[in-house]
Amino acid sequence: MTEIFTIALIFSTIRTATPLLLAALGGLYSERAGVINIALEGLMLAGAFTAAAVTHYAGSPWAGLLAGIGAGVLVAAIHAVACIRFNADQVVSGTAINILMTGVPAMLSGALFLSSGSTPQIPRDDLIPWTPVVLALLLVGVTWYVLYRTPFGLRLRAVGENPEAADAAGVNVNGVRYSAVLLSGALAAIGGAYLSIGQSSLFTRNMTSGRGFIALAALIFGKWRPVQTMLACLLFGFTEAISIQMQGVFKPWGEEIPVQFISIVPYVLTIVVLAGFIGLSRAPRALGIPYQKEK
Amino acid sequence: MKLLRELFFPLVAVLAAFVLGGIFVWIIGDNPFETYRLLIGSAFSWPDGIGYTLFYATPLIFTGLAVAVAFRCGLLNIGAEGQLYVAAFATAWVGIKFGGTVVDVFGTPVNYSWVTLPAVLLVPLAIVTAIVAGAAWGAIPGVLKARFGSHEVINTIMLNFIAIALVSYFTQYHFKQAGDPILQTVPVGAGVHLPRLGSFIPGLPTRIPLNLAFLFALVACVLVYIFLWRTKWGYAIRATGANPTAAEYGGISTGKQIVLAMAVSGALAGMVAVNEVLGYRYRYYDGFSANYGFTGIAVALLGRNHPVGVLLSALLFGMLIRGGIFVDAFSGKVSKDLVEVLQAIVILFVACEALFRGSFGRFGLLKRSKV
Repeated sequence: MTEIFTIALIFSTIRTATPLLLAALGGLYSERAGVINIALEGLMLAGAFTAAAVTHYAGSPWAGLLAGIGAGVLVAAIHAVACIRFNADQVVSGTAINILMTGVPAMLSGALFLSSGSTPQIPRDDLIPWTPVVLALLLVGVTWYVLYRTPFGLRLRAVGENPEAADAAGVNVNGVRYSAVLLSGALAAIGGAYLSIGQSSLFTRNMTSGRGFIALAALIFGKWRPVQTMLACLLFGFTEAISIQMQGVFKPWGEEIPVQFISIVPYVLTIVVLAGFIGLSRAPRALGIPYQKEK
Repeated sequence: MKLLRELFFPLVAVLAAFVLGGIFVWIIGDNPFETYRLLIGSAFSWPDGIGYTLFYATPLIFTGLAVAVAFRCGLLNIGAEGQLYVAAFATAWVGIKFGGTVVDVFGTPVNYSWVTLPAVLLVPLAIVTAIVAGAAWGAIPGVLKARFGSHEVINTIMLNFIAIALVSYFTQYHFKQAGDPILQTVPVGAGVHLPRLGSFIPGLPTRIPLNLAFLFALVACVLVYIFLWRTKWGYAIRATGANPTAAEYGGISTGKQIVLAMAVSGALAGMVAVNEVLGYRYRYYDGFSANYGFTGIAVALLGRNHPVGVLLSALLFGMLIRGGIFVDAFSGKVSKDLVEVLQAIVILFVACEALFRGSFGRFGLLKRSKV
């Protein structure tokens, strides 16, 4: 009994960590290149809605996934153009994207499906419950390799730490930043798509319910590094998984631990780590600063 | 001329948002003109249209001012949402514990109070509680930034989630009436209710929840102006926002200004509780805020972080929220989510001011205004 409980818990942890991990890895590319991405929530929603809607019409989750990625990249492009081309405040732009993506899917689903913000149910056979999970874990290794072992990764880190020096060395600073932000849109969108056509079988209004922000928290908790970020996502996934498992079972003082107490763990940990209590979490040096070539 | 220049850009941003929103409505397959007629036209009827527009504008004036004050100090307060939740719960707690006998959801009189205070004491106490609770929750990210240098944006986002979870816990486990299917606290005592403006204005029925808090919001606009531009604290806050290094050289302790600005910002956000708990629902209702804190960012940005601008843009957004209900009810395919879309596009355009400066800038209409 205990063993089944444990194995179930491990699987449930990995499954809840998957969307966080995909979005956090997306955020990692963008932020290591120097562009703050609090739009992860909105990018996930874009991916989740598009994936569910296209899977419903096309009958293929792969078409849905691809379309979801496309939508994520498109929405990320708005963020990228605003931040890189027009020097918009990156937090403000991200906030706008998040608000936009609560509105647009709701409006579209109202028009397409005459519902109040959700897509029709997708048949069980058309779901992809495990591919994104495997993909997410693989992408941790890929991201590590890209970041530390390829010229692109070197440039990415350089434009996030010291864009002037990178520019002097001939790196196209804004070009690298564009690709990083678009990449973050693609990854966050896969995370969102996993929610709608992997874990559940439809898109519902605001179905990410703050996961984009938990992913952001995991990224900071993981000190903007791929492996640490994965561990942070697993930790946060574990807190969510265990709060579900514990309901009605675990009563340390004769009563259940209120779910609200467990749900705030990631947020509290992030504040603590950001204040420097558990090792120093240092952001990329040029994070949030638009780069303008000297004229 | 200066006023014209200040107004010109926000107007262009709003207009551009409406055009884009209209195209979106058209793509969806509805008539944009009809949609906008519903969205805007419904706000001008008397008494309902105007009454509700002003009622919806009230929390946005407070959150808009909250974001604006922090912004003048160079801080982005994304935490107004959490601050107003904490304040609303604290205010309801005062109303429950000192408000005397109330009638519960089943119609029986109950007394949850320790002592029953008269209205003259209770109302000021409840308002001060809203201000202090909001200020305290707002000051946390200020202290974290001043003391540890951790970024206020991340901390306010995290504190939003923590605030919402905590008040939801207290409501669910300690202040909800057993058997009540809605996640809300027991009601506050009648002594703490703020009068609705309908009791003073002929022709305005009291069923419209527009209440005294709206007048407080107008007063807050004036007070924020005086605070920022006519006091030494406001000067220090603006100096910190304009150039922290120079302010530090000038003998201003920037750390203190950051904490002060965040506390004032949180206090303003906390005033939303006065409108919501004391003037409208007479209890704490879980999840009551329709993203007032985030809309406050749009309000402040569009209002150029100035009290007058905040007031005007809060009225605009109040109008849209009111109109959105009509769009939902009477339009075929468009839902009230259009309001969120418009709001997001406005924020994007205001944030991308350079977009407009490129083509209009050469006419000298849009010189960058210094914060």
